[in-house]
Amino acid sequence: MSNPNPASGSPDKDPVSGSPDKDPATEAARAAAGGTDRAATATAPKRPEPTARPSLGRLFLDNLWAANTVTVTVLAVLLAMLVGAVLIIVSDPDVLATYGYITARPADALSASWTVVSEAYANLFKGAIFDPEASGFTAALSPISETLTYTAPLVFTGLSVALAFRGGLFNIGAQGQATIGVVLAALAGFLLPLPPVLHLVVALIAGAAGGAVWGFIPGILKARTGAHEVINTIMLNYVAVYFLSWIIIQNGVQNPGRADAISKPVDSSAQFPRLLGEDLRVHAGILLAVLATWFVAWLLNRSTFGFELRAVGANPDAARTAGISVSKTYVLMMAIAGLLAGLGGSQMVLGSTANALTPLVVAQIGFDGILVALLGRVKPWGVLLAALLFGALQAGGNRMQSYSGISLELVTVLQALIVIFIAAPALVKAIFQLRAARAARLQTSLAKGW
Amino acid sequence: MEPGEIHALLGENGAGKSTLMNVLYGLYQPDEGEILVDGKPLKLKGPSDAIAAGIGMVHQHFMLVPVFTVAENVMLGAEQVRGGIAGFLDRRRARREVAEVSERYNLRVDPDAVIEDLPVGIQQRVEIVKALTRDVDLLILDEPTAVLTPQETEELLTVMRSLKAAGKSIVFITHKLGEVKAIADRITVIRRGKTVGTASPTASRDELAAKMVGRSVRLTVDKQPAAPGRPILEVAGLVVDDDRRIRAVDGVDLTVHAGEVLGVAGVQGNGQTELIEAIMGLRPLLAGTVTLDGQPVHGWPTKKVLRAGVGYVPEDRSVDGLVKEFSVAENLVLDIYDRPPFGKGLSLKPDAIAKSARERIEQFDVRTPSADAAVGTLSGGNQQKVIVARELSRPLKLFIAAQPTRGVDVGSIEFIHSRVIRERDVGTAVLVVSSELDEVIGLADRIAVMYRGRIIGIVGPDTPREEIGLLMAGVTPETATEAAAPAADAATPAPEGPGSEDEA
Repeated sequence: MSNPNPASGSPDKDPVSGSPDKDPATEAARAAAGGTDRAATATAPKRPEPTARPSLGRLFLDNLWAANTVTVTVLAVLLAMLVGAVLIIVSDPDVLATYGYITARPADALSASWTVVSEAYANLFKGAIFDPEASGFTAALSPISETLTYTAPLVFTGLSVALAFRGGLFNIGAQGQATIGVVLAALAGFLLPLPPVLHLVVALIAGAAGGAVWGFIPGILKARTGAHEVINTIMLNYVAVYFLSWIIIQNGVQNPGRADAISKPVDSSAQFPRLLGEDLRVHAGILLAVLATWFVAWLLNRSTFGFELRAVGANPDAARTAGISVSKTYVLMMAIAGLLAGLGGSQMVLGSTANALTPLVVAQIGFDGILVALLGRVKPWGVLLAALLFGALQAGGNRMQSYSGISLELVTVLQALIVIFIAAPALVKAIFQLRAARAARLQTSLAKGW
Repeated sequence: MEPGEIHALLGENGAGKSTLMNVLYGLYQPDEGEILVDGKPLKLKGPSDAIAAGIGMVHQHFMLVPVFTVAENVMLGAEQVRGGIAGFLDRRRARREVAEVSERYNLRVDPDAVIEDLPVGIQQRVEIVKALTRDVDLLILDEPTAVLTPQETEELLTVMRSLKAAGKSIVFITHKLGEVKAIADRITVIRRGKTVGTASPTASRDELAAKMVGRSVRLTVDKQPAAPGRPILEVAGLVVDDDRRIRAVDGVDLTVHAGEVLGVAGVQGNGQTELIEAIMGLRPLLAGTVTLDGQPVHGWPTKKVLRAGVGYVPEDRSVDGLVKEFSVAENLVLDIYDRPPFGKGLSLKPDAIAKSARERIEQFDVRTPSADAAVGTLSGGNQQKVIVARELSRPLKLFIAAQPTRGVDVGSIEFIHSRVIRERDVGTAVLVVSSELDEVIGLADRIAVMYRGRIIGIVGPDTPREEIGLLMAGVTPETATEAAAPAADAATPAPEGPGSEDEA
């Protein structure tokens, strides 16, 4: 995939990447694009002072890259909010009316627009992070609590997608894996009579196992037959959704007191403990999410399996030649990805969002997980931060809807816009005239997932 | 550059030849300096400006769409349409152009052939035709021979001569001295981004090589006579298919002894790749056995074969040898990452990996900014050194090197060759596969020539090149007595593998 990169000397526009002889050329060009001191360090490594300088140069590069990632993300969020502001204005008939006489009284239109937009975003902020007018401990912490509640499941599905992505597979099936996870976790939650802590653990294991099986199937199909995981995971998503709809209305599962499609509630012994008292919804799931992030980070970077996974993801031929079993890696990777998604799904009934199965109990966490993974640059801690952003938008959106009367869908639009801007860093950089440093590399690595 | 001149640009990998030519072709912008065409300074904003100025380029890795036909590829980027706004592609005209150009310069290509079905040499010819249809006066060929068999190279040189006769100028980028001497009118040597001198093609090989690397280089491999020991690798009756399910290896018997180098010569595509992959457990065996130090290893997974003490330098380093996105340090442990001291149980030991990487980089003279640099940013020769360093840094019984110096500069070739010989001298059995006859002759103690999936003969390194060349072309001495002659004067103390002669 050649990456049109209008911002500068397009360092990574690299039609020749396979060529051994061209690599120094691109290296030199990259250095040239980055200014003189980088050029000095990047061409110097040939020999003169091999000790301290290259590592310093490398450090500088890394920092630059890291900084740029953050910059690009922040700017993408700003851009998305700008577009969102236009949508808010356009969708408000009263404000729109003032534009009818904008030539006569421009101040009217401007102030009306400003009011509606600033109010909306203020409510978004108040709902997600902090409400200055709130009085009392509970009210002050409520926005954060809401944000974390929405964040927790997204972390799991995001990690699920990111892990598979690093291994070269595109796991669109996080939704289905989460669905099977939620079904098994709920069944374990109301069918098994177990003591408190044990019950929760068993329910989580059931959910994780369900997700793992749902990930294992496309994994083994890919490894054995080469069947494309995108097709298989999408198909399994449907199977999972209809399985959920079917099982809810079975005898012994459906809530006997209700006529609609809803299951029995999960026993309180299988619920996550709430962290900040009964009035706030934040529960221990978020701690589990942080733990999972740490685990995935360790797995990817510090474990032999992670080494295999990354090698297979980057170059399966070389991995095979080096004696790594590509099929085994695919299968294990998809099973772990499914396990993570299954855990994420489990939170939807074991946490505080719901306590019984309904057809829409998993919401969109699987598909949002894809966005979260991309936004988090398919790195575990990045995924955690991205999930936090999505959780905050979700929590703030609820308040924005009830206080400013702006539809919750705007949040979905914002999320989508952010990801679009992130996924096209060249665009953001071109808009803001940023130097295209190295983030373009990331694009190619993302694109490999296909 | 004069019209009708072939100008060779000679330099090590990473010397800056390709960068220079990419600037000339408008792919990169010069930081300073200018380009003069017909005495006028030229500012190139992109390849289209370069084409307009009469400069065409054939890249080392072809820029062709594999599923398109030759004619479609030729018109790509300069599509002719007819029917006004409807914009039908004028395929007929493209076909005619292709036919015309191939007629005029004697470059035979079928305009309707699909690129992916064509051999590499023909694909390259398509690239040249493509450049010529744009009416270029100056043609840049970037390492055109790196991917070609000796025959294809010979054909390319003929094509270059006829282009020259037609008044086209050619810049010929390479690091192969023989070709330069054969074809160039003028030679410019580049080292570390600077012109270090021009030479005439009459200069000796050693002189050119010395200019290229900045010191004198031994072009012949310096080695003691081999002292072969017990047989390490024994291959018997091996039959293997290639990816298209076509028989690639058809009953091969081979024996490699401890402390000797067995060279496998042959034109590429005669089953060498499949033979090696079968030994490594990368390709299923249809028949036959592979024995390593008395133990049958066929049917073993690759990892087990590697762990049994086999080192393997794959033929295509960028596909099979390295993970380009990985750092040098990670690539140095690519096949031993889970063994102590690099990994223990489920976890890696980054400190041990980094420490060993620093040692290997030092030992094998890998020129890299740091052990953490992505391997893809190194030059070809240094990438190859990373692979060699990885494979030679554990105790081996058998070392298999396929095309160990392809696309590698002279300095690295010398280094890699000396390492191979050193490995032989400590008593490892070495199997070298190369399509460069010089390399095989230089390294090997015995040479097995492969032709159409069979070992057509095993000869000594002192056998005349012509004789080996004939064997590579499938011509064997007819009678049994004559067949015995080369084997006899091979003067190899090692016993021949059973049945190696009757393959002929």
